Amino acid sequence: MRRFFGNLTPSAWIGFVILVAIVAVAVFGPLLAPHPLDEPIGVPLTRPTEGAPFGTDFLGRDVLSRTLWGGRSVLGLAGIATVLAYAGGMAVGLAAGYSRSLLDPLLMRVSDVMLSFPALLFLLVLVTGAGSSKTVLVIGVALVQMPLVARIVRAATLEQSVRGFVEAAVARGERATAVVRREIVPNILGSVTADIGLRFTYSIILVASVNFLGLGLQPPDADWALIISENRAGLTLNPYVILVPAALIAMFTISVNVVGDAVARNLGISTARRRLVR
Amino acid sequence: MSSTSDLATPGLHLLRERREHPVLLFVARRLAAAIATLLIVSILVFVGTEVLPGDAAGAVLGRNATPAQVEEMRALMGLDRPAPERYLDWLGGVLTGDLGNSAAGFAAGGVSPIWEEISGKIANSFALAGITAALMIPLSLLLGIVAAVRAGRALDHAISISSLAIISLPEFIIGSLLILVFFSWLDLLPPVSLIAPDTNPLTQPDVLVLPVLTLLGASLAASIRMVRAGMVEALNAEYVTMARLNGFRERMVVTRYALRNALAPSVQVLAQNIQYLVGGIVVTEYLFNYPGLGKELVDAVAIRDVREVQSVALLIAAFYVGLNIAADLLVVLLVPRLRTQR
Repeated sequence: MRRFFGNLTPSAWIGFVILVAIVAVAVFGPLLAPHPLDEPIGVPLTRPTEGAPFGTDFLGRDVLSRTLWGGRSVLGLAGIATVLAYAGGMAVGLAAGYSRSLLDPLLMRVSDVMLSFPALLFLLVLVTGAGSSKTVLVIGVALVQMPLVARIVRAATLEQSVRGFVEAAVARGERATAVVRREIVPNILGSVTADIGLRFTYSIILVASVNFLGLGLQPPDADWALIISENRAGLTLNPYVILVPAALIAMFTISVNVVGDAVARNLGISTARRRLVR
Repeated sequence: MSSTSDLATPGLHLLRERREHPVLLFVARRLAAAIATLLIVSILVFVGTEVLPGDAAGAVLGRNATPAQVEEMRALMGLDRPAPERYLDWLGGVLTGDLGNSAAGFAAGGVSPIWEEISGKIANSFALAGITAALMIPLSLLLGIVAAVRAGRALDHAISISSLAIISLPEFIIGSLLILVFFSWLDLLPPVSLIAPDTNPLTQPDVLVLPVLTLLGASLAASIRMVRAGMVEALNAEYVTMARLNGFRERMVVTRYALRNALAPSVQVLAQNIQYLVGGIVVTEYLFNYPGLGKELVDAVAIRDVREVQSVALLIAAFYVGLNIAADLLVVLLVPRLRTQR
């Protein structure tokens, strides 16, 4: 942990505190929601009143309660997608980098093709074929990110696999899986996790964008991006219905990126040249 | 793309020819790779939209359709034929300029060619992306250079921190916040971009301002950071120190020595960001109801208009790949060393 968070700048600390706060809102928010999720409590799109500090949405539901509920899907879907991307990327990258068999050029070509296609377009094509659902969204976002992770893992594996201690392990007659698990994985973890902040930010952006386009979660689900999307027309009557979830998403992605940036710096990896968010 | 895989390509025997027509050969190689990539993309798009479970004919007709009606619609849309045949039919059509017919047309009871539906929208999207790119390129070079020259000082910190913050935001958040400020609060600009069909969006500048600002925000932030990184690297190089020791004025050192060397990597970054505009434009157009290709695509996905999604996706991918080649070519022209290296 020290290795990751040992030496944080003041702005990284602020980012860290905001991040913890947003995650707390997303996880524990539903417990604090004062009103039921799907019942109208007043006239649609009224501005803040005593009972509803952020007013009501286009169906007269409480904006505060829906916002408290709406963070779970943002955090959960983006989180699962990132974990899946790393799991898949590690497996493919290690196999390609260590075996240097047919898999290696194949992986490189596939990721070239994936990178020659805008990520959002890939998701839209997938939704057209498989329909809008949480599963499609999560798998799609994970698939978009996987080649990027696999490339980094592959490069780091190639670098390690010619080292003396790996050759020694191979000469001792250890099985390939043992060499990879004991000699290579521990040594590439640093450079592989350096990008995790970027990948998570990107997952949040993609998940939120698809939900905003109305092609992911469907009403009456409460989700920050979906709340913004379905209340766009009511923005003049009650600006808070847009402002509050937008501010939460903004603080979430910014703090993840700031903290991720600081962690990468601590790991001694230059952040300047890395392929930024997109 | 990756330097390691380039080493493995058996191209040594071509070295002599390469010396004679290095740029031509480079272009030919990239074009061949691009065509291969686009073929794979076309297969992926087709498989992703048609072979996965999902019923386009049923989606067109809605929930109340009888099985017989669905069968009839499947035949009308050509969905009853085997997949490879449909793929070749579609690809052949696209190559000869026939993008197929939209499902929205079938649903309305007629035949409506996709090209007629999207041609005006392509122009609208180009207007939006063109203005954004025309503003983004000079602004990112200027701000990136200023930040690099002032590296470590207050102005650099201000530029770097605000660009790191903006780069983390999805476009629809930037756009929504802009609408809140410029429409709800200041009441200066319209929140939706209403443009009548067959009118040039350039004649209504007020509807373009917020979409352009939205796209600019996200792409500018990313490119400023990259330009700054390249420029900082160049300013720390020995030839810059040498130029300073020779007593050249700082302005001359920055423009003549550092900038020219920082420009080549910046071109690739700017091209990446223009490519990114292609993705960002989809969300931005949807947010502002801007009648462009991106909004058309989202609408097509929403009603699961398979043929239209396929054709539009392939068009966008072709544009994306073409842009990549153009950027690589520009870099090769800027840096003579690269002409023989690959």
